[in-house]
Amino acid sequence: MKTVNKVMFGVLFSSVLTTQALQAKSIAIVGGTIHTMSSQASIENGTVLIKDGKIQQVVAGKVTPEGYEVVDATGKVVTPGLIGAMSSLGLVDVGFSAGTNDSNSKQTSISNYGAAFDVSYSVNPDSSLMAIARIEGVTSAATSMSRTGQLFNGQGAMISLGHTKQPIIQARSFVSTQVGNSGADAIGGSRSVLWVSLEQALGEAKFAIGKSLTPMDEWHGELSKSDVTALIPVVKGEIPLLVDAKRAADIRQVIALKQRHKGLNIVILHATEGWRVAAELAANNIPVILNPESNLPYEFDQLGATLENAGRLEKAGVKVAIGMESHNIRLVRQHAGNAVANGLSWQQGLASITINVATLYGIDNRLGSLQAGKQADLVIWSGDPLEVMETAEMVFIAGEEVHQESRQSKLRDRYLQLQSDKPLFYTRP
Amino acid sequence: MNLLFPKRLAALAVLSGLFALNGCSDADPKLSQEPLFEINQNPFPSTYKAIASGSVVITNATILDGIGGVFENSSVLLQDGKVVAIGTTLTLPEDVLTVDAKGKWVTPGIIDVHSHLGVYAAPSVDAHSDGNEITKPVTAQVWAEHSIWPQDPGFQRALAGGITSMQILPGSANLVGGRGVTVKNMPGTTVQDMKFPDAPYGMKMACGENPKRVYGKKSGPSTRMGNVAGYRQAWSDAQNYQHKWDKYTADHKAGKEAKVPKRDLKLETLALTLKGEILVHMHCYRSDDMGTMLDVMKEFDYKITAFHHAVESYKIADRLAEEGICSAMWADWWGFKLEAYDGIQENVAMVHAAKACAIVHSDSDLGIQRLNQEAAKAWANGKRAGIDITQGEAWQWLSANPAKSLGIFDQTGSLEAGKNADVVIWSADPFSTYAQAEHVYLDGALVYDRNAPDTWPVSDFELGQPGEGDSK
Repeated sequence: MKTVNKVMFGVLFSSVLTTQALQAKSIAIVGGTIHTMSSQASIENGTVLIKDGKIQQVVAGKVTPEGYEVVDATGKVVTPGLIGAMSSLGLVDVGFSAGTNDSNSKQTSISNYGAAFDVSYSVNPDSSLMAIARIEGVTSAATSMSRTGQLFNGQGAMISLGHTKQPIIQARSFVSTQVGNSGADAIGGSRSVLWVSLEQALGEAKFAIGKSLTPMDEWHGELSKSDVTALIPVVKGEIPLLVDAKRAADIRQVIALKQRHKGLNIVILHATEGWRVAAELAANNIPVILNPESNLPYEFDQLGATLENAGRLEKAGVKVAIGMESHNIRLVRQHAGNAVANGLSWQQGLASITINVATLYGIDNRLGSLQAGKQADLVIWSGDPLEVMETAEMVFIAGEEVHQESRQSKLRDRYLQLQSDKPLFYTRP
Repeated sequence: MNLLFPKRLAALAVLSGLFALNGCSDADPKLSQEPLFEINQNPFPSTYKAIASGSVVITNATILDGIGGVFENSSVLLQDGKVVAIGTTLTLPEDVLTVDAKGKWVTPGIIDVHSHLGVYAAPSVDAHSDGNEITKPVTAQVWAEHSIWPQDPGFQRALAGGITSMQILPGSANLVGGRGVTVKNMPGTTVQDMKFPDAPYGMKMACGENPKRVYGKKSGPSTRMGNVAGYRQAWSDAQNYQHKWDKYTADHKAGKEAKVPKRDLKLETLALTLKGEILVHMHCYRSDDMGTMLDVMKEFDYKITAFHHAVESYKIADRLAEEGICSAMWADWWGFKLEAYDGIQENVAMVHAAKACAIVHSDSDLGIQRLNQEAAKAWANGKRAGIDITQGEAWQWLSANPAKSLGIFDQTGSLEAGKNADVVIWSADPFSTYAQAEHVYLDGALVYDRNAPDTWPVSDFELGQPGEGDSK
């Protein structure tokens, strides 16, 4: 036993050293067109210097300081790593009929409102989705439960898609709820019930600020103590409340909610008819996370759906983020590209999958742009990242180059040559 | 009574008239025979009418003819609803309308072999759930066209994406889900107005997880082996049924007393499928499921036209090439269920490289709006894996191969002379995210003009609603 422990300790210790050694590597990415998404805007033929896993500097021209490993990005495009705006990454391997899916939950006595549920316990960095997304330039993401059957879909987390044991960038970084048809269906079958529940929940959380909520304390609220505790940072505006709303009338209700509860930091999910309320959203400083390809009246609460939603919201001054997927979060750049094809500016197209996402989750001090001091999550693209024909050629997360390999790349490489003397099980790419 | 009497007389007169006619022909035993009962194979005929149009020449374009050819800076002439020619020096009719497509691309219209528009229409509420007849695992007797709601706004969205024809299929809950129908993407008040004239029907079948999940807690099947037993029993019953009808026809022809067998719409449809008159389109993800179906196909001597979804076709692409079976695939969908876990982005290109028939399909009311981008991703991913396919060849995935699998390639699916003038003008290289379908022609008529919003078709459902006639 002792020997085994020693060996295990040795393995752990050396892997820590390796990680540090890699992070310590200084890299100069030279010659590319760099879209910094910071005040430096875009630089043709520039250099990104990476040191200690962070962006050290972005400068014009080819700069190759002594001791830096040089990556030639001439003719390529360099951007910050993409950030998945809303996903269930790390919570689900296979959508259904395939075992535990941590993005859904059953009814439980621990929480009758769903606010307390916390995905930071559930995130699995070994999920096959992680490598599949990361090799295509998605370096971090918001992850959340998608269905609890209760008013709130729990507390979501910001995660890194790096090859890491510790994927959580920030636990409990937002709480989400829904006020459209799906929300109403889950809560009493009517918006008339749902909104009273939501007001009740936020009211109780406000009331609970500064109060002791130990098991010894008296509490006569509708919400469990754990739900109320989870909602306190929301009502204080410390973390965003993500509200899924599609029709214009629902979006107006959400705006009114923010006006009633001034401290709330609200982000609207979907906002399918957002363009109809664009000026009010802008005036109330409410950003949106949307699917720019959603242009059908799937329900009576999105009759005005249009591909031009993102572009119209931008023109009104609303900050737009794009990217609601899990298995195919890698397609965010195609989604953003289609928003651009239908009126969003190219700059905001790229911002919608990088800096805008970081900003609305309040992690723009660490991620989302190529700016000195930020984590070195970046991608070297073969060309315009919003163009479906282009691809991520090199991806860096915290200054470490991502190994371009996934289950899918291995399956491809195994079956590229179908003729073999032995079953392809023996082919190990 | 007074009134009835003359009627009877009249009836008698008709009968005696018939006798008289028969009596004239011959005095053989057929004298007393009922006429041969023949089944009307086309009880819901197409009433499609092309919109009248003059001749159009599209000039200065990059033209993909849909069968591999790429013509730079060329023209294509459309006349009387047909493609006349592609070239640089065309002889033009006097009244031709010239559309300058400098910097633009021209392709055949896109054909989606897997759509549920109309049968799962938007709004996608319970009242519109018309795609799966989840009452028995084999429902060959149902026709998707009887569920299609022509007012589904999805048709107009697809039109804006350059879709000129599509096959609308029942869902995949059942082993045999029913008859699919090929329609032209022309707005119609009834589905018959949309039906592609004389196109063969498709038969939707499904492998794997869906049927066993849906019926597992009902009457079964609850396993893959149960699924296979189900297909085999259905085919066997259909063979048996066909024998009855063959015997009836033979007996009748031999002048024997022959009783018309009772019609069974399910077995009748399956029997037509065994004869190859209805084309089998089978939802199948895993290569091992496909391998099993290849043997079932041989056992009952029928043909599978295409495996749909086919996320593992790349594992057996050489066999699919040998058997001449198409794979209708997504560019990159995977993982939403276990049988889709091995989906890879090079699937389409790898199937093509094995010389098997590759099709890019949507199975989605969003995907159908940009199948050109799906093909572009598949093409680019293949290229990066060392599979060199030209854009001209790759367009076969969107038009020619789907048309072949639907049995309509003699009429559409390429820009060869004499084909229906189903044509799209793209604002740019259609493999680009930014390209838009600017003009869509169906049988030579301009049915969608992106730059003329006033001319866009709007479904009844969207009239008087928020966003009516908006850019969608």
